[in-house]
Amino acid sequence: MGKPNAYDDIPGTTVFDAQRSRQGYHLNMFCMSLMKAENRTAFKANEGAYLDRFPMTGEQKQAVLARDWNRMISLGGNIYYLAKLFFNDQKSFQYVAAIMTGSSQEEYAAMMLKGGRPPEGNRYKKDWKKKRG
Amino acid sequence: MSHVPAIGAALDNGKSGEPYWKKVFDGFERSKEWIREVKPDVILLVYNDHAVAFSLDIIPTFALGCAAEFPVADEGWGPRPVPKVIGHPELAAHIAQSVILDEFDLTVVNKMEVDHGLTVPLSLMYGQPKAWPCPVIPLAVNVVVYPPPTAHRCYQLGRAIRKAIRSYEEDLRVVVFGTGGMSHQLQGPRAGFINSKFDRRFLNLMTKDPKALTRITHLELLRETGSEGIELVMWLIMRGALDEKVREVHRFYHVPASNTAVGHLILENVK
Repeated sequence: MGKPNAYDDIPGTTVFDAQRSRQGYHLNMFCMSLMKAENRTAFKANEGAYLDRFPMTGEQKQAVLARDWNRMISLGGNIYYLAKLFFNDQKSFQYVAAIMTGSSQEEYAAMMLKGGRPPEGNRYKKDWKKKRG
Repeated sequence: MSHVPAIGAALDNGKSGEPYWKKVFDGFERSKEWIREVKPDVILLVYNDHAVAFSLDIIPTFALGCAAEFPVADEGWGPRPVPKVIGHPELAAHIAQSVILDEFDLTVVNKMEVDHGLTVPLSLMYGQPKAWPCPVIPLAVNVVVYPPPTAHRCYQLGRAIRKAIRSYEEDLRVVVFGTGGMSHQLQGPRAGFINSKFDRRFLNLMTKDPKALTRITHLELLRETGSEGIELVMWLIMRGALDEKVREVHRFYHVPASNTAVGHLILENVK
C-alpha cells in the first residue's frame, strides 16, 4: 500500500480509493456477477464452488461465506458492490449498516429516526479513542 | 435531490402512504406541481451509477448518455417497474461536442442501462406515469471509486454545459437535476453518520454563494458528510448550469430515509 492518506484518520470509515479498488477487484466483480439470475442460482446451489470461479484470496472467500461485511470492506470490498450480495440475501442497506456498526437492528433504526449518528465525536479517530478510553 | 433506493422501493411496493415514507414524499408535492407547470422539453439528469452500468472494468469520471433510449437496469431484484428512459441524442451529441472542445474530456456513452440513481429522482418528481413526460439525458459521474471529480471541476462542467445548451440551435426548455446526498455513510462502524448542520449550510450556499461550495475539499466532504455524502459534488454541476443569481422556489430537508438525509432544492434563473 502507498503512503498514508489524510482521510485515514476518519474513524470507522474505509475510503474506496484506487488501491482498494485494485485489491478488491475480484471480490467486487464476484458481487456484480450476482446481478444475473443464472449466477444467483449457481451461487445458491454451492457458494464455495461458485466463489472458486473468481481468483479471490482465501480471506476474501471466507469473509463472503461468513457474510462478514466489515471484513469484506477491509479486504477491498465496496458497499455498492456488496449490495448485490446482500440484495441476493434479501437484506437491505439498513440491515447491513446496523451489523457493520455492531448495533441491533432496533438500535440502529432508532438512531436514524433520532437524526442519525452526529458529527460531534465522530470526525477523528482520536475522538473514538477518547470515547473508548 | 436524493436518490435513496428504498424511496423507489417504497413507491413501487405501494408504501408511499406509510407515515415513515409519507414524510419524504410530502416534501415533493410542491415539486411535482412545479414541474407540471414548467413542462421541460428535456431533463439533463446528473447522477451516479451504483456499480450497475459501469463495473470496476471501466470507471469514467463523467459519462454522457447520448443514446436514443436507456433501459431500466435489473439491479438484482428485477428492474424497477418504471418506464424506459428516452434520450435526446441530438442535444446530447451537441453537449458532448461543445464541452469536450471546452476541455472537459467526458466519455460518450451510446449504450447504457440506468439504475435507481436516475430513476428514483424521476419518480419523486413525476410519481408513477406510464411514460416519462420528456426525454432525459443522463450524465453519470463517478463517485464510487475515490476520488470523484472535485466540487470545483463539477461546477465548471456545469458552466460548460450551460454554454452548450445555450448554443443549441433549437430553443428548448431544459431542467437540470443534480442528484445524490445529502450526508450519509453506508459502510463501516461509522455508518448512519448524518450532519444536518452541514447539509443546511450546503443548501443555503447552493442558492446564495455556490462559489463557496466549490472550495470544499474531498477530505471535508468525507469527514463532514460521510463516505457516501461525497456524492454532493454532483449538485455543483446542476448549480454551474444555472445563472449566478437564482431564485429558490422550494426547499425540503428530512432525516431519515433509510440511512440518509434527504435534501431537495428547486432553483430557477431569475430572468
